[in-house]
Amino acid sequence: MKSSNAATKTANLADLMCAPGQPAAGTMEERARREDLTLLKTMLEQMLLVRRFEEKAAELYTLGKIGGFCHLYIGQEAVAVGALSTTQPDDYIFTSYREHGHALVRGMDPGEVMAELCGKQSGVSKGKGGSMHLFDKRRGFLGGHAIVGGQIPLAAGAAFASKYFQQSRVTLCFFGEAAVNIGSFHESLNLAALWKLPVVFICENNRFGMGTPIERASTLYDLSQKACAYNMARTWVDGMDVLAVRETLKEAVDRARQASAPTLIEARTYRFMGHSMSDPSHGHYRTKSEVEEQRRHDPIKQFTAALEATGIVNQEYLDELEQKVRDMVEEAVAFAERSPEPDPKELGTDVYVD
Amino acid sequence: MSIMTYREALNQAMREEMRRDETIVLMGEEVGFYQGAYKVSKGLLDEFGPMRVLDTPITELGFTGLGVGAAMVGVRPIVEMMTFNFALLALDQIVNSAAKMLYMSGGQFSIPLVVRGPGGAGHQLAAQHSQSLEAWFCHVPGLKVVTPATPADAKGLLKTSIRDNNPVVFIESEVLYGTRGEVPDGEYLTPLGVADVKRPGRDVTVIAHSKMLLVALDAAADLAKEGIEVEVVDPRTLRPLDVETLLNSVKKTNRVVIVEEGWPQYGVGAQFVDVIQHGAFDYLDAPILRVTGADVPMPYAKNLEHLALPAKQRVKDAVYRVLYRQGVGAQGHA
Repeated sequence: MKSSNAATKTANLADLMCAPGQPAAGTMEERARREDLTLLKTMLEQMLLVRRFEEKAAELYTLGKIGGFCHLYIGQEAVAVGALSTTQPDDYIFTSYREHGHALVRGMDPGEVMAELCGKQSGVSKGKGGSMHLFDKRRGFLGGHAIVGGQIPLAAGAAFASKYFQQSRVTLCFFGEAAVNIGSFHESLNLAALWKLPVVFICENNRFGMGTPIERASTLYDLSQKACAYNMARTWVDGMDVLAVRETLKEAVDRARQASAPTLIEARTYRFMGHSMSDPSHGHYRTKSEVEEQRRHDPIKQFTAALEATGIVNQEYLDELEQKVRDMVEEAVAFAERSPEPDPKELGTDVYVD
Repeated sequence: MSIMTYREALNQAMREEMRRDETIVLMGEEVGFYQGAYKVSKGLLDEFGPMRVLDTPITELGFTGLGVGAAMVGVRPIVEMMTFNFALLALDQIVNSAAKMLYMSGGQFSIPLVVRGPGGAGHQLAAQHSQSLEAWFCHVPGLKVVTPATPADAKGLLKTSIRDNNPVVFIESEVLYGTRGEVPDGEYLTPLGVADVKRPGRDVTVIAHSKMLLVALDAAADLAKEGIEVEVVDPRTLRPLDVETLLNSVKKTNRVVIVEEGWPQYGVGAQFVDVIQHGAFDYLDAPILRVTGADVPMPYAKNLEHLALPAKQRVKDAVYRVLYRQGVGAQGHA
């Protein structure tokens, strides 16, 4: 057991994995050429929006305008963007408390999301949920759940409902790698496999459960192998490669929609920031140089470079996009700031429904 | 009116509701092929098929959470706990998901879910299978908690609970399943949050729910022979609690004994005491007494188990004490 105080370099992923999956075939440029241009540009915009939105959220948190816990997704954007690019508008999405990215990519209004973070009446959850509990019924966004693993059985339930009502909906369920050790993960995977539910479980392996690297929490590093215990389809994917995530998800979403069968996907990614805003990005549990090394694989940089190399975007386009996204974030902040706090009468509403 | 068992009344309630509304499903351990661990779901698999009567693996957290998720998007699940002891394994989903979803989503997602099954003590089942946990659920805003004591209430309250759009924790009693009683014919619904005066009286109010209602009625029958007229009030629903009916009774009798099977500390009866002292302080002629289960894990040995549970004599003793009658040596919390 390593000392908990030592900021040791965490092991190389490749050294830990007994990899069952296939690395993405071809370079990112080659793969980008096979995708729709508009889609590629949308995905880049979404990644950039999530990044800038969260950088701003960090700022507002530091200023005390956002309270509670605020878990940033910076570094993991390729997972939400790649995965959600394969879904239909009436599919269901469940996530953990690190969900600003998924919410924005799903099309939730940045102003309403920012207002929720700021505890305002105009927030997506009327200021009652906060950063960890974003919900949007119209977009099939079924939450923001803040007990590790708590959303996994819920997702199996929504998938059960789709099957029960004979709808072709698919449920996507995101969670971190620390959730795979909790009972609800195993109980839900078993039920999903047993009942052949149309759900895709996406484990975002960002390497750390708060300050505990995976090798200090599990003897199994190839987390997709967990599916083997339930005779479930599984694979892993480079979670820093948005197109690889998209490709992998497509297959799993098809399996759910066409064959009503679940899949477990491990997306190997990295969280650039601390566990939450109350935790520095490096320190006791990982070194600054490790984070810097990982930042070289920044999913947005990789994707931008690939799109530039293929001539799909140029510097002028990128500059305009940057400005557009910054404007969206500024508007979101302005909306949140000018929104009123919840009416005191809201304290006692929404406890029961008629 | 028909005479039927508490078990049959519950079965009828589910059957009628499942016939009425195709979005209702029943899931739990042994509810289908086995016909229910206590036969409450007998015949339902045959009538409704395996998509609506779902046998689950032993996985309370998983299938309760699955029920909550399904309830978010249009299914109305009845989740059976083989016994409520096992609901502790599902507590995270009941408390953190079912009870709070509506609130933390700003009113977007209601959870029309019933978690039902037998609770309570008895049959020498010992510490882990013999306990009354209703106080645990009553503590949580967002949940409703229902504890029927008679076949008629079992049917009427279960049908209403299934139609409720909020998560309802519906605690039956293993010991009551075989009891018989009259149940009105036809569509019979009992509102939640309405207590029932099971026996009118003028001298002392005895409040008792679930199996303890029978103990209270038994004691009241004895006491009537001595000229003491006990009013027995069954709250039926613990959350929301029908405070008005409790207070009306207290204002009439001025004396209160609460009988509950659960542990004394922070128990359901403590909440009754609170609402009564607040709403009828000037009407009380004696301190309120509670007759509760003993403050110990349930023992196995028959004699010890008997000592751990509220019995008729202890209820009678408490009634004597609130009447300041002599020579009875009652212990409120013994």
